[in-house]
Amino acid sequence: MTAQHFSKAYLYRRIVVAKIFIDNNYNKAIDVSEIANEACFSKYHFLRLFKASYGKTPYQYLTMLRIEEAKKQLGKEGAMVSSVCFDLNFESVTSFTKLFKKHNGITPTDYINQQENQKENIRKEPLSFIPNCFAENFGWTK
Amino acid sequence: MISKLSHSSIYVLDQQSAKDFYVNKLGFTVEMEIPIGENAFWLTVSPKDQKEIEITLMPISAGGMFDSETAIKLSDLVKKGVFGFGVFECVDINATYTELVDKGVVFTKKPTKEFYGTEALFKDDSGNWFSLVQRG
Repeated sequence: MTAQHFSKAYLYRRIVVAKIFIDNNYNKAIDVSEIANEACFSKYHFLRLFKASYGKTPYQYLTMLRIEEAKKQLGKEGAMVSSVCFDLNFESVTSFTKLFKKHNGITPTDYINQQENQKENIRKEPLSFIPNCFAENFGWTK
Repeated sequence: MISKLSHSSIYVLDQQSAKDFYVNKLGFTVEMEIPIGENAFWLTVSPKDQKEIEITLMPISAGGMFDSETAIKLSDLVKKGVFGFGVFECVDINATYTELVDKGVVFTKKPTKEFYGTEALFKDDSGNWFSLVQRG
């Protein structure tokens, strides 16, 4: 392996370390400087490399993970918007609601209601959520 | 007029193992997980940036359109790696390849320059293979 190959591979490994750091710590109060430090990059260099590798800035990626986890938590029984918001280290309920709606098209409160209705409907008629061609062909209708 | 593809199916040997692979290794999200029988689920996953397509992780079991012999034959074919179910894309194949190798994903072809981009090949936990491509 040439020196150039080695240094490129090492660079990618550091970017991956940063991404995995975000994957494992998205629910904590982390910022871009901390993530850049984790991967031994300067902040500017890190921002540029991360965006080139993943198509998103570290902040956009972190927000996406937090919103995905928020959806999981809001789908659980007894979920409260404020608890989920602060558990995932969003700044405020207002900013969380705005971000959530931007990503999902509905507010967290409406999402909770939507999930509760869907769960109830799945409980009553699970097959109505499965294309009939699969249900029939695989004998799930019996 | 057909407007889009909404679901695509992949046969898997074990749904829970497949769920772990697609979610925890490939980074997909579970869209639907509905129990439909003994140890069987209507289980669909999507890439995080492409929610409009759901990949159905289909169990192989006797009943319905598969008799026992067919289910065994299909399982054997999946294990042999006969089925290639499609092409996944990524922004940077070297970063994605590095991460997936670290997570234990088995690659049968390292990132290689092709006329359509740079491509690697990997297998899921059942044996199905996929192309991973960075275009350009």
